[in-house]
Amino acid sequence: MARNVCIITEFRNGEFRRVTNEVASEGRRIADSLGTGLVAIALGHGVSGKAVDLGRFGVDKVYVADDPALEYYLAETSVPIIAEMVSGIDPAAVLLPASVDGRDLGARLGARIHVTLLQDVIEVVVGDDHTIKAKWPLFAGKCFAWCEWAEGVPPLLSIRPNVMQCNIVDENRKAEIEPITVPIPVPRTKIVKYDLDTSGKVELSEAEIIVSGGRGMKEASNYGILEDLAGLLGAAVGASRAAVDSGWRPHSDQVGQTGKVVNPNLYIAVGISGAIQHLAGMGYSKYIVAINKDADAPIFTKADYGIVEDLFSFIPALTEEVRKLKEC
Amino acid sequence: MNIVVIIKQTPDTETVIKVAPNNKQIETSGIKWIINPYDEFAIEGALRLKQKLGGNVTVISYGAQRVVDALRTALAMGCDDAVLIDDAEMKNADFMRVTRALAAAAREKNPDIILIGSRTVDYDQGQRGAILAEQLDWPHLALAVSMECDGTNVVIERPVEGGKVTLEAPLPALVTFGGSHAIWNPRYASLPGIMKAKKKPLVIKKLTDLGLDPADFTPDKARIRITSMELPPQRKAGKIIDGGLDAHGKARELVKLLREEARVI
Ligand SMILES: Cc1cc2nc3c(=O)[nH]c(=O)nc-3n(C[C@H](O)[C@H](O)[C@H](O)COP(=O)(O)OP(=O)(O)OC[C@H]3O[C@@H](n4cnc5c(N)ncnc54)[C@H](O)[C@@H]3O)c2cc1C
Ligand SMILES: Nc1ncnc2c1ncn2[C@@H]1O[C@H](COP(=O)(O)O)[C@@H](O)[C@H]1O
Repeated sequence: MARNVCIITEFRNGEFRRVTNEVASEGRRIADSLGTGLVAIALGHGVSGKAVDLGRFGVDKVYVADDPALEYYLAETSVPIIAEMVSGIDPAAVLLPASVDGRDLGARLGARIHVTLLQDVIEVVVGDDHTIKAKWPLFAGKCFAWCEWAEGVPPLLSIRPNVMQCNIVDENRKAEIEPITVPIPVPRTKIVKYDLDTSGKVELSEAEIIVSGGRGMKEASNYGILEDLAGLLGAAVGASRAAVDSGWRPHSDQVGQTGKVVNPNLYIAVGISGAIQHLAGMGYSKYIVAINKDADAPIFTKADYGIVEDLFSFIPALTEEVRKLKEC
Repeated sequence: MNIVVIIKQTPDTETVIKVAPNNKQIETSGIKWIINPYDEFAIEGALRLKQKLGGNVTVISYGAQRVVDALRTALAMGCDDAVLIDDAEMKNADFMRVTRALAAAAREKNPDIILIGSRTVDYDQGQRGAILAEQLDWPHLALAVSMECDGTNVVIERPVEGGKVTLEAPLPALVTFGGSHAIWNPRYASLPGIMKAKKKPLVIKKLTDLGLDPADFTPDKARIRITSMELPPQRKAGKIIDGGLDAHGKARELVKLLREEARVI
């Protein structure tokens, strides 16, 4: 029988993170092209009750390790277990999320099983001869490259969040479950503290809409007007490096070549000039709106919709219009 | 304390990327080269660590002769000595083999801690740290936005989606640096630093000097290869919403377009 495709899930706070569903859907598509099955490896605390649901996205079978020691990701606990499972499964390809933890896991897993990982994949093609090629953005998206793996080396890929479609094949489909019996290693690394932001704030790298403010915001307290707008749109708030360097926003909000690379459906750049390092981080948003009082700002060359206005009069007006829309 | 920092020389972040005629590389002529910004954060971390605990900071890189400039800059910032792994013997080596050579060079320094950028702004793979740690069988504290070390243990904070984790590991350990300029604020090389750097040791090592077999590094040994490169489709400038409208009028028009044309809100 042809070798299965394997995915590695990400489970946190009692749920599979959405990117897992994206990875499963892409895994199913690849498995179908290869005419084979799709299996998953799921580690976490409380994951066994949820694992059957991966069947909805076309996963046939899930290998599950459910233990309090697996509540939070640690490379030294997860990687040896997953490496042993992957070696046993002997898959045609392995896919995992290019999330913060997934990126770390994938690289260390690759080193352990001597397979080279390709990180941050945005497209996968399966040839008629069943060879797999994958594309990733380099130079923060200024360029794309296609990669293939040497003969006999199973492709290992981490999939960028928010790019692949989630595809429910059947709402009622259940995956078969098999417990993992590999013992959990004792890590040298300790988790001292795990602070989860429970404010319900939308995560930048996974947001469908981002409202981002730059030096034009003038001071930290002015971000209130962006937060109001973002709140109505269900959006995350981002920032340029100038805003972060000024101490107005946390570094985790920085978008760009030395910040986060994002690909929302809608990116609203407010008081941002559009430096090449910033464009590198948000240039692949489906729609870009730019608000800038300088008609010659480079951001307008990338924007689908541009507004030359003072942001302090325009943003409140925009918020009011969005509120009207949401109310009707 | 023996501190090792691993750096890579990358194109300046201002660089307009062009694909070379062979379609498998970028055009490197005319590029201005810099130290990968995240690796600069790691250098800053190393120098602060040395200020606190004393010791020696070795900076290691792999690459062409031009990489000497990056190493000299690191020495001018305050690192003590440098090692360049000669790349002539390992053309087109893939990520994992480059890290093998880097790991071998690092091992020779008998390090207590290795610091490295969380990703490079060229290939954007963010793999080196994790691979090196696995190859050394060390704990890896990834994506640090803060680092405290007392000579026995190292503690970092790591941002994850929607939160932050604080991790602690015993030395020897490897730390990859995330965050941003605002967090690490890497120092500039001072003029006296630049003068001193000229006299600091910089050695060039071949694979055999590191106890590695060049035959393992030939192009046919690559487990992954780039088949082609392409530039992304150019975004065309869209429309400026004007029509002689005031801010409110433009806002109304924008909402209408986002709703009806783009269908994103
Ligand atoms: C190694 C390196 C890495 C970098 N990485 C990043 C990165 O990851 N992300 C990033 O963003 N940058 C990065 N940069 C910095 C980048 O080069 C720019 O300096 C930065 O993006 C500028 O931010 P800005 O657009 O907010 O500020 P500015 O360029 O100062 O632009 C502010 C804009 O606001 C407009 N404005 C002012 N007031 C108003 C108003 N009242 N109403 C409307 N518009 C107004 C102005 O017309 C102007 O266009 C990096 C630079 C280097 C060297
Ligand atoms: N001088 C260098 N130092 C470190 N890594 C390098 C160097 N030259 C090439 N590389 C490779 O570049 C890859 C991409 O880096 P990264 O994005 O950090 O994973 C690494 O995995 C290394 O194998």
